[in-house]
Amino acid sequence: MAGSADMVASGEWPSEKKDQGAGAREVVIELQGITKRFPGVIANEDINLKIFKGEIHAVCGENGAGKSTLMKIIYGMQPPDEGSIVLNGTEVHFHSPKDAIDSGIGMVHQHFMLAGYLSVLENIVLGAEKDFYRGLLKRGKSKSQEQIEKLCSIYGLEVDLNANLETLEVGQRQKVEIIKALYRGAEILILDEPTSVLVPQEVEELFETMREMASQGKTILFIDHKLDEVLAIADRITVVRAGRSVATVNKDEVTAGELAELMIGSELPTPEIFEEVESDEVLFQVEALNLAADHGAPAQSSKLLLKDINFAIRQGEIVGIAGVEGNGQAELVEALLGVRHVTSGSVTMCGDDITDWSTRERRESQLGYIPEDRHEMGLLLPSPLWENTMLGHQGSEPYATGGFWLHPSATKAKCAEMVKEFDVRTPNVNVPADALSGGNQQKLIIGREMTMNPKVLIAAHPTRGIDIGAQDAVWEKLRVARQNGLAVLLVSADLDELIGLSDRLLVILRGAIVAELNPAEVTPKELGSYMTGAKFETESSMV
Amino acid sequence: MSDPNQNSSMSNFWFRSWRPSTDGNGTGTSLTSPSQVGWALLTPVATIVIAVFLAGIILLAIGSNPITAAQSMWSSGLRQESIIDILNRATPLYLAAVAVAIGFRMNIFNIGVEGQYILAALIAAKVGAEINIWAPLHVLVIVLTAMAVGMAWVAVPAILKVTRGVHEVISTIMMNAIGVSFVAAILLQRWDEPTASLNTKTKDIPPSGRMPDLNEIVELVSRDIDRVQLPSGQIIETSKLWGFLMVAIIVGLIYHYFINRTRPGFDIRAGGVNPLAAEVAGVDPNRTVLTAMLMSGAVAGLVGLPEILGRDYFYGLQFTQQLGFSGIAVALVGQNHAGGIALAALLFGVLDTTGPILDADGHAPEEIVTIIKGTMIFTAIIVYAVARRKRLAEQARLASKVLSAKERPDTPIAENPA
Repeated sequence: MAGSADMVASGEWPSEKKDQGAGAREVVIELQGITKRFPGVIANEDINLKIFKGEIHAVCGENGAGKSTLMKIIYGMQPPDEGSIVLNGTEVHFHSPKDAIDSGIGMVHQHFMLAGYLSVLENIVLGAEKDFYRGLLKRGKSKSQEQIEKLCSIYGLEVDLNANLETLEVGQRQKVEIIKALYRGAEILILDEPTSVLVPQEVEELFETMREMASQGKTILFIDHKLDEVLAIADRITVVRAGRSVATVNKDEVTAGELAELMIGSELPTPEIFEEVESDEVLFQVEALNLAADHGAPAQSSKLLLKDINFAIRQGEIVGIAGVEGNGQAELVEALLGVRHVTSGSVTMCGDDITDWSTRERRESQLGYIPEDRHEMGLLLPSPLWENTMLGHQGSEPYATGGFWLHPSATKAKCAEMVKEFDVRTPNVNVPADALSGGNQQKLIIGREMTMNPKVLIAAHPTRGIDIGAQDAVWEKLRVARQNGLAVLLVSADLDELIGLSDRLLVILRGAIVAELNPAEVTPKELGSYMTGAKFETESSMV
Repeated sequence: MSDPNQNSSMSNFWFRSWRPSTDGNGTGTSLTSPSQVGWALLTPVATIVIAVFLAGIILLAIGSNPITAAQSMWSSGLRQESIIDILNRATPLYLAAVAVAIGFRMNIFNIGVEGQYILAALIAAKVGAEINIWAPLHVLVIVLTAMAVGMAWVAVPAILKVTRGVHEVISTIMMNAIGVSFVAAILLQRWDEPTASLNTKTKDIPPSGRMPDLNEIVELVSRDIDRVQLPSGQIIETSKLWGFLMVAIIVGLIYHYFINRTRPGFDIRAGGVNPLAAEVAGVDPNRTVLTAMLMSGAVAGLVGLPEILGRDYFYGLQFTQQLGFSGIAVALVGQNHAGGIALAALLFGVLDTTGPILDADGHAPEEIVTIIKGTMIFTAIIVYAVARRKRLAEQARLASKVLSAKERPDTPIAENPA
């Protein structure tokens, strides 16, 4: 393959150029070509990263971009398949977190690793007792306790060392984790999404601590995907996308919009000629839909996850739902699927009021669904491919007759056809789904839904976490389906995907649809400002 | 930067150059590894070999000769009476294991088979004794009563689970305690039939409600069964192959076809493998939990009937208990597969039946059989887990071989926005 050599050559990451004017600073840790594969997924591919002493370095990227895996590799929890870690100029091979700790690397996990019934002090020394118990015998303050108190006062971490851990708030527990790492002599501190569990005031406090630590010469590497936070605290930012480090930038040289573009990717889908195939026939309509957080409670008394959602999808139309993750997209999809019962409002499909229909009735009336998380919601991973072919259509022809008797041989034949038509690379249809790569799993799911000729398709993040080749194939299938008259609801975090595929764009913010945009006119940057609500501070374009 | 379209078409080319050759069923493919079949056979064999090996070590450790112990188990096990005993023992074990396996398929742990079958056996025996109708119908009424009682007893934990989220392990254990105590209370207080013997028992089921034995079939394939003359002058056969064996076989077939070949069976399996994916695929979680638990209870209701309808014709103090718990072990060793459970039930039957010979011949205490069974469960779990992982690794390797001509995702080159 002559092309591949070229691609590899052009793929060499020009990371050197990114570290402008930084030559004078001391590099404490350098990652070179880190690659990590799991069955079915490439978590990291050719990651290159340089971290300077005393800096606060943010690693940001979408969910599933490979940030956490990268941190686990640095912390010795998982060995990289390829590539090397250079710590203070020497290459290191960590076999366990203990090796990393011994080399001065500490980590605070997203889910704290603390023991509930012990005191704060005991939690901190746990596993690194040294002279702690000797101190206890002397009934006085041990050296370790004094040391810990000193650490606390240096970094402004105020925690009652004798309190039972159970009684501590989340923010306090996080402090305990940080002290724990510092007590073990961490010079480089890794924080995995530290702000995700904190309320805004606590975030401010944490940032204060982080600045204090950096000023004392500690190096901080933290993961976050909230751009405003990243810009508020980080000195430099590395963006990881689809397992690759796409860029490292200085905080002062980048805006939130540009950062978002880097995170979600800037390749526009190949602009195909969009034939106007829309008809006026509305296939799917949602009217005045409300969804309360507390199921069963009246709409007024409970927090609304979805507020007064109204939209219609016509035949041959793709309606895109844009929004920052966690603004109600997942709930909307679940409500439309019938997994969640709506509090009020109605859903109509092909003229039938399906508001009270079960998920099975909806799916059997040809409501196709591409789930946002193929492992969690889309596949039976240990089951063979042909059984996965049936999932969601197990009562329909040709997989079953009379909605009861299954036909394994017919299903296998159908699955083999699907494998062929949708280019799923697999040795045969009997391998378990988890033997396939992510892209191929996704192609199987798309094939499964498309083969059943749905009238309406809900596609949630259809190209998340799959390689570009597979992404392109998925987009192509969606375009073809649209031209054949399918009504598609496309929920995505990839702005280019939304703009490139949708006929209309709806922006969802805090559970409500706040804008309807024309994808032909909007730029990703503009769309981003609608999604964050920034747009509405200057003008009101509420729908 | 190369055009992604060109890239994917290139990979299409590579894919086409490979294309699996599918036969009429779409199953056979050129890249199917022969060892895939090997794994399926290897795992149960490996389990037994390792368990036997470990049992030998245990026998050596307590100072017995494992070879001679095996020889006496072997020769005693091959006797006609032993084979009948083994089958009679395996029948209720099989039913109990199928009951447990139905739940396991959906990740539901029905520990309550014990209480369900004991209660079902008592009530079915009582109902059977109180009526006297045309024979096949009589047996059918008893069988259906037992199934209904089993379902009713599991319905409580099932409903608690779907409406209140009470974990079935807790509630079925409670129901066991209640059921077994209830049986003891009602048997002693109300249903005890005064007889010459000291046995506390229900009234006898009339002959029309008894299950015919399968001795003629045994005699067809083997020699005649030994007969003895009673002091009354009546000639009886010394052992009987219980007719309920046929019911167990039918239940096994229904279980196999239901789980593998019907939509509700698929729903149960899908719910067990990935509840979330099943739910968005239209599987109603509550309804499926109810279905699986009620079916499990119905089968559990049958567990006590082989001996009641085939040997005792009443419920009394000699009634075999603990079958529900043994069923869990059998289902584990048989990996919830209808055929695998049958083999496991036979294996447990062999051990239970031939175990006492160890004591009688002075090789080892009978309890060694319990140790062997325990070892076997552990071995089975470990061997299956290892095999599953190896198989996945192998298939992932195969899949990546297909991808060896994989498109190298071209490197996205982001401009530094600065």
